[in-house]
Amino acid sequence: MTIRSNKWIAWLFLTPVLVVMALLVFYPLVQGIIYSFTDMNQYNMGSKFAPPSWTFVGLDNYVDLFASIFKPDSVFRDVIVQTLVWTFVNVFFHFVIGLGLALLLNRNIKGRGIYRMLLMVPWAVPSFVSAFSWTWMYNQTYGLFNIVLQKLGFAPIPWLSDSFWAMVSVIMVNVWVGVPFMMITLLGGLQSIPPSLYEAARVDGASPWSQFWNITLPLLRPVAATATVLGVIWTFNMFTIIFLVTRGGPVRSTEILVTYAYREAFMNWNFGMAATYGVVIFSFLLAFTVLYRRLIKANSGEGVYY
Amino acid sequence: MRTSNWWVHLLLIAASAIAVFPVLWILATSFKPRAEVFSTELSIVPHTFTWDNYVHVLTRADGVFLQWMANSFLVALLTALVALSLSTTAAYAMSRFRFAGKRAISFSFFLTQMFPGALLIVPLYRIVNALGLLNSYLGLVLAYATVAVPFCVMMLKNYFDTIPYELEEAARVDGLSHFGAFCRIVLPLSLPGIAVTGFFAFITAWNEFLIALTFMSEQRMYTLPIGLQQFVNQFNSDWHYMAAGAIIVTLPVLIVFLLAQRYLITGLSSGGTKG
Repeated sequence: MTIRSNKWIAWLFLTPVLVVMALLVFYPLVQGIIYSFTDMNQYNMGSKFAPPSWTFVGLDNYVDLFASIFKPDSVFRDVIVQTLVWTFVNVFFHFVIGLGLALLLNRNIKGRGIYRMLLMVPWAVPSFVSAFSWTWMYNQTYGLFNIVLQKLGFAPIPWLSDSFWAMVSVIMVNVWVGVPFMMITLLGGLQSIPPSLYEAARVDGASPWSQFWNITLPLLRPVAATATVLGVIWTFNMFTIIFLVTRGGPVRSTEILVTYAYREAFMNWNFGMAATYGVVIFSFLLAFTVLYRRLIKANSGEGVYY
Repeated sequence: MRTSNWWVHLLLIAASAIAVFPVLWILATSFKPRAEVFSTELSIVPHTFTWDNYVHVLTRADGVFLQWMANSFLVALLTALVALSLSTTAAYAMSRFRFAGKRAISFSFFLTQMFPGALLIVPLYRIVNALGLLNSYLGLVLAYATVAVPFCVMMLKNYFDTIPYELEEAARVDGLSHFGAFCRIVLPLSLPGIAVTGFFAFITAWNEFLIALTFMSEQRMYTLPIGLQQFVNQFNSDWHYMAAGAIIVTLPVLIVFLLAQRYLITGLSSGGTKG
C-alpha cells in the first residue's frame, strides 16, 4: 500500500514533528533521567536569585529506593504492591466487562447504536468530573451509596476512610472509566472477523461455545493484545482519579507510583527522587511492553502492530 | 438470531444504566438547593428544582468562573491548532512513504504513550520556567503538545490510509507535485478525520489536570479542572456549586464526543491495531 520511496520528501514532511518531539519530549526525557542521578530539590534547583547548586549523587537515589524494600516500614514496597494490585485488578475488569459488552453489542439486536452511545458516556466525561461525581456518591454521610445502604438496613461503609475500602472505591471508579475503551476496541476486532468462518463452523456442527473458543478468541488476539498493553500503560500512569478521589490516602494506602512521584516532586519538592520514580515507572512499562510483545509473537506467530 | 434475546437487552440496559448514572447524579445534584444536597434523605430527582447553583457559579462576584472557562477554551483551541498543523504532514509521510527508520519513528510515537507524567513534568516545568512561561497559556500549550502531537500523527495516519492512493497518482499524472497532491486531494478528502482528530486534541487539553495544577499558580490563570477544585477543598465543601460547574464543563464535550464517536472508532480501531 505504501508506494513511494522518495525519501527526502518523507523526511521533509516529518521534520517539524521530529524537531518538536525532540525538544519537548526526548530532551525532557533525557533531562529527567539525568535528574534521577542528582539531589535536586526546590532549594538547589536554581532561580533568579541563586544559581543551581544541586550535585550528582550517582546511584544514591536508586540505592535508597531499592534498599528500602527490605525495611519493615518500606513506603516504596507498599507503593509498588499497590500499583501492581491497582493495575492488575483494573485491567482484568476492563477486559472481562469490555469483552462481555462487546460480544453483546456484536449481536444483531435492536437499539444497538443507542446502547453503544450510552455505554461510551464514561469515556466522554472528563476524568476529573467522574472523580468528583464518584467521590460525592462515596461521601460518608450525604453520599448516595451510604444513604441507600442504610435505607436497606445495612451499616454504612467507610468508603474513603478505610484503607481496604478506599482501594475498592478508586478501583471501581477507574473500572467505570476504562471499560468503554476496551469495549469499543474489542468490538472493532469482533466486527473484523469474517462471518463466513462462523457459518462454516455451524455447518460442521460446532457449538457456540466452541465457536467462541476456536474462532473468536484466536482472531481477537492481536486487537486484544494491543488494547491490553495500552490499558496497562494508561492504568499504571493514571494520576487524576486517585489524586482526586483519595489523594493517595488514607495513610498512603491508595498511593501508586505516579501519585507518589508527584508527591515527591511537588509536595516534598524532592525532584531528584521524583525523577528516580519516573525512571522506575518507565523501565517497568518498557519491560512489560517488550515482554508482552514477545509472548504474543511466540504464541501466535503474529505480531502486534503499533 | 432475533428470537429470545431479552436477556441481552436486560444486560445492556443494566450496563447502560451504570454507565450514565454518575453523570445523571451530578445533573440531579446541580438542580438541588443546598439543604437538599446535604441531606440524608434519599432524593434521586430534585424535590425542589432550582437554577441557583448555576446562577451562583456563572455570576460569582469576581467573574472568575467565566475567566477559567475562557482559559480552558483558549488553551484547548491552541493545543488543537498547534498539534494539527504539526502532525498533518507527518501523518501523511507515515501513511504514504516507505523509508528507512519508519518503524523506529512509529515505535517512538508509541513510546511517548508510556512516559509517565512524573518523569517529564519536572524537566518540562524547568524548561517552561526558564522560558518565563510558567502561569501562561503558551506554557501549557507547549506541555500539552507533548501528548497531543504523537496522538494526532497516529490517528491522522489511519485516516490517510483509507484514502486510495490511485486518486493521488491520477493527480500526479495530471502534473501536480507531491505537495500539490497532498493539498488538493488528500487534505480535502480527509477533512472529517482532521476535524475529529483536532477535537480529540482539544478535549485532551480541556480535561488535563496534572500539568495545569503544577504550572498555573495564579487563580486568574486556572483552567476549569483546577478552578473547580476551589468549590470543594479543605476550606469549602460546596458540592452543589461543584455539580453545576461540572455539568457546564462536561455537557459541551459530551455532546460533541457522542456525535463524533463513529469517526473516533474508525481512527482508533485501525489505530489500536496497526497505528
